[in-house]
Amino acid sequence: MMEVIGIWIACGLTIAILSFLYGDNPIYKFAEHLYVGYSAAYWLIYIWHFEIKQMVVQPIAGRQPGAIWLIIPLFFGLLMLTRWFPRIAWVSRWSIAFTVGIGSGLVLTGGVQGFIIPQVKATLLSLWTGNVWESINNFIIIFGVLTTLLYFFFSREHKGILGAGANIGIVFIMIAMGASFGYTVMARISLLIGRLSFLWDSILRLIRFF
Amino acid sequence: MIWEKLTKIDRRYIFLFIGIVVLLPIVFNLKVSVKISDEVLSAYKEIDNLPKGSAVMISIDYDAASMPELQPMLKAILRHCFKKELKVILINFWPLGVPIGAQGLEEVAREFNKTYGVDYINLGYRPGDVAVMLRMGIDIKKVFYTDLSGRPLDSLPIMNNIKNYDDIGILVGLEAGAMGDAWIQYVGTRFKQKIILGVTAVMAAEQYPYLQAGQIVGLIGGLKGAAEYETLVNIPGTGLVGMASQTYAHLTIIFFIIIGNISYFVLRRKGKKK
Repeated sequence: MMEVIGIWIACGLTIAILSFLYGDNPIYKFAEHLYVGYSAAYWLIYIWHFEIKQMVVQPIAGRQPGAIWLIIPLFFGLLMLTRWFPRIAWVSRWSIAFTVGIGSGLVLTGGVQGFIIPQVKATLLSLWTGNVWESINNFIIIFGVLTTLLYFFFSREHKGILGAGANIGIVFIMIAMGASFGYTVMARISLLIGRLSFLWDSILRLIRFF
Repeated sequence: MIWEKLTKIDRRYIFLFIGIVVLLPIVFNLKVSVKISDEVLSAYKEIDNLPKGSAVMISIDYDAASMPELQPMLKAILRHCFKKELKVILINFWPLGVPIGAQGLEEVAREFNKTYGVDYINLGYRPGDVAVMLRMGIDIKKVFYTDLSGRPLDSLPIMNNIKNYDDIGILVGLEAGAMGDAWIQYVGTRFKQKIILGVTAVMAAEQYPYLQAGQIVGLIGGLKGAAEYETLVNIPGTGLVGMASQTYAHLTIIFFIIIGNISYFVLRRKGKKK
């Protein structure tokens, strides 16, 4: 019986959200607010259970080896709460500085070592490999990268060779955007398929139940 | 006159039309064949070539919003791993993906009569994203002290011979956000970990540079990718079921785009004549 009630609720909420396609209405608003409230509560539970309880409370309470070091992030975390008190809100900047420092360091190393260098290396291709199609592919990659870079070169007016290169760059950018948009359409249809499959399966299950 | 009417058509008719086109193949259980792409075949081969007993780490980096695309992928990959007698380690970087990942893992493990703690394990979620990824390169147990249900990792046989990425045959990231980039940029680059990405279709086009550069060894994109993987594993799932709807919906959208463009050009020509 509980399963049937669950199916009714899930189907009802799906239809309530899909009703927005007809127009904004109170049933849609109800489902939307319910979703926002539920998500907030879910996050709260997860932050308590996985972050505060497991990462801070349990190691300190259980006197795990090395747990003493947790006092440092705990201290900086508590400083963030000073933003609620305007007179001492500036103290929270220490925590922000700490986070920004770590973030910058990670992004810099990750971005250069893990993205820029491998991608540049992957562009240094041979224009003649012995295989015609492979060579054409390599040429398209190199030509596409260079012309797209030309489009983003703003230190000189896009005239002459620079202008022609930049215009070809636009074509490559448009092709990339087209491919991306095509995939986006596919993704949105996939979500609709997921929901409609669920509704159809639920109807069949309810028919079987009754 | 008809072209003018077409440009002013109520968009709700289009929604209804798409809805019907998507629903009918589901109701009548229509099937279409799927052509296997090189990137999905490469992902399949990489897992297929792993020696028996190797560990496959699957990262669940999605939530309910991306479930229709990524859950069929998860199940197809799990079926492949269990068929090949590979060990599966599930981790989560999206807290809201924890119950979804656990549900998929338990369902497929039951199908293959696999034992928890011996053949597969669910480590659950740990906050910290990149910091957790980097620490796992030194020792997984220093980050995940326990599994999802709170059992110490040392008490579970599957983790006996697994210390860090050196003991992981392949890492599969099922991604609906930026975690895939982090896996590649930090774990792939620093620890030379082989990575396969399974991503939502929205993200798929952006992952091809990683594939071309050899930073990932396979790419499974969207519901179509999932359907391809299901075809390769030879166990049809929800991915293949959805492909008929996907195909007909795409044809309908292409039809609407063509009609829309024809009406636009016809009306523009008429406007110029006037």
